[in-house]
Amino acid sequence: MTLPLSHQIINLMACLLLLIAFAMVSQRRILRLIYLFALQGLVLSINTAVVALATHQPHLYFSAGLTLGLKVVALPWLLHRLIDRLNIRWDIETLLNIPTTMLVGIVVVIIAFNLALPISQLAGTITRSSLGIAMASVLLSFLMMITRRKAVPQVIGFLAMENGLFFAATSATYGMPMVVELGIALDVLVGTFIFGIFFFQIRETFDSLDIHHLEKLKEKA
Amino acid sequence: MIEIALVLGLPLTAALLLALWGNRPWATDLNASMSLLTLLASAALTARIISLGPMTAWRELFFVDAFNVFLVALTAFVGFTTALFSRIYMRVEQERGKLSAARLRLYHSMYQTFTFTMLLALLTNNVGILWVAMEAATLATVLLVSLYRTPAGIEAAWKYFILCGVGIAQALFGTILLYLAAEKVLGAGGTALLWTHLHAVQDQLEPNVLSIAFVFLLVGYGTKVGLVPLHNWLPDAHAEGPTPISAVLSGLLLNVALYAVVRNKVLVDGALGSHLAGNLMMGFGLLSVVVAAFFLSRQKDVKRLFAYSSIEHMGIITFAFGMGGPVASFAGLLHMTTHSLTKSAIFFAVGHAAQKTGTQVIDHIRGLIQTSPAVGWGLMLGSIAILGIPPFGVFASEFLILTTAMQQQPWATPLLLAALGVAFAAIFSKVQAMVFGETTAQRLPHPPALLPVFVHLLFVLLLGLYIPPYLAQWYRAAARMIG
Repeated sequence: MTLPLSHQIINLMACLLLLIAFAMVSQRRILRLIYLFALQGLVLSINTAVVALATHQPHLYFSAGLTLGLKVVALPWLLHRLIDRLNIRWDIETLLNIPTTMLVGIVVVIIAFNLALPISQLAGTITRSSLGIAMASVLLSFLMMITRRKAVPQVIGFLAMENGLFFAATSATYGMPMVVELGIALDVLVGTFIFGIFFFQIRETFDSLDIHHLEKLKEKA
Repeated sequence: MIEIALVLGLPLTAALLLALWGNRPWATDLNASMSLLTLLASAALTARIISLGPMTAWRELFFVDAFNVFLVALTAFVGFTTALFSRIYMRVEQERGKLSAARLRLYHSMYQTFTFTMLLALLTNNVGILWVAMEAATLATVLLVSLYRTPAGIEAAWKYFILCGVGIAQALFGTILLYLAAEKVLGAGGTALLWTHLHAVQDQLEPNVLSIAFVFLLVGYGTKVGLVPLHNWLPDAHAEGPTPISAVLSGLLLNVALYAVVRNKVLVDGALGSHLAGNLMMGFGLLSVVVAAFFLSRQKDVKRLFAYSSIEHMGIITFAFGMGGPVASFAGLLHMTTHSLTKSAIFFAVGHAAQKTGTQVIDHIRGLIQTSPAVGWGLMLGSIAILGIPPFGVFASEFLILTTAMQQQPWATPLLLAALGVAFAAIFSKVQAMVFGETTAQRLPHPPALLPVFVHLLFVLLLGLYIPPYLAQWYRAAARMIG
């Protein structure tokens, strides 16, 4: 039995997303990380458009467009400008070495698929098989945030996590209602601006974007 | 209808006006008067709900019932009194050269934006918009926490941003799962996230999905409530931000986040027919009370001390709502009110005390009562009130919660009592040393804004002595809704 073309494309996109999530976890260069983030947005946007086509959900076209505009063009451009202005293109230091992180990542994916199993059985969407991948990319982004030392990769991890959640929303329910999606997009955009302001504040104060400077406030024993 | 438009429109307009003129000398007055107008609008809304009962507005986008109108009134009231306090406080800060005019503009504009997002979170009927508003409330306050641009301030703000951002992302996933379950019953589209619709069909929602959803929602919004072990951002953000912001974070934002948890709990309870949500909340609540109480005695910074006290009290309220039942929910709502009023009053007094002595370190604040008896007594009375000494209102609500716990969850009572005892010892000894003894305090260039402190404490005292029948009626209606 062969699946219809649209299903095959959706599955392909889901696999690509997982691949990109792993690529982000293993990526050492900040500029490539931004490109990967843009690519993730593009895959997400294509996926949403294909789902819209296959299920005749007109509002999904809109959210595909929103994703394209926000996550493929606006946010990567903003981030790119930021690292240009801050003049940072260094290699990223990680807390764990990359192979170990990848191994942890595999465990994370298995957990995600197990967690998603009962939920995806309930979802009646054509995309439900990709729910596990959505959860895996959320958790992998989380892993990336934990293992990175610099502020910029942490923020990219944060944005990638939002991408994963968006993908989860499309695969479980064909996307959230329009008002909510617009609100989320606005929050993400404003959030990125604030992160940008923050980078300058951190750099001005500490002469570096290494967040180990930000570990002074602790409970003293 | 018109009242809702005013309650939401006024702070939004104020935010825009203050974004333009927030650096002018009269901006502090504009901030306070716009907050007063918001308070009047919310009073009108409250009067309407009391006389006409729950209502929805604008194609059911907004929903007001006894539960949220009471929080709207509280939010608008504390928002106004904090603006009065901030009028004097921020002037002193500016004259001491701690803040430039441009930052004052940011502060004023964001203060009103923050009020707007909290009111939106309370009034919206859409569970998704509730999430959007909660996230927006984080975004509005994050630059306020780092307003002084000190290394510690920036670190606190970064921590606040990342932790609450990640936390609230969990809540978004929970909301997606809720939508997945709702869509099965209500069909896709806008209505499936409307709380009133969800409430009507709650017993048909898929229980497995909802129980997973509630875990994510509790962890997500619980981060903002400051529940242990998700509380790490809270003491830092309270200690490093300007004091008016500490007052509204503690007095209002934590309440609004807890409101989000409780709204979702009502749905989950209906769908599950079990006590899972309540048990989870009791667990988190009790852990917060105990852990926070033991951290109190180790604090050296006065604002951190009261931040941990907020974690403790949010734990008590979460525990009360977790127990459920008419009495516990009633007590939880009463405690929300009394804690919010008392804690903001304490922060007002602490703010002036810190300005007078030029430090937030407890050991360096001494003898407040000599230079300014009013600030000293304000802090002392506030601390006595928050520690649950009769006749203040906090005693009444804690007493109700403890007696209910003895009947329903006897095992938890000794833990709660021990934690309250530890908290008493820690806070009382520290505050006593700050208030009495040889002084280190100096006079302020402006007379301190003490009216808000004593008005709040007076209300807390009145609530302890006598709860007016209409207010009790109102709490009871809200408690019935919560279940």
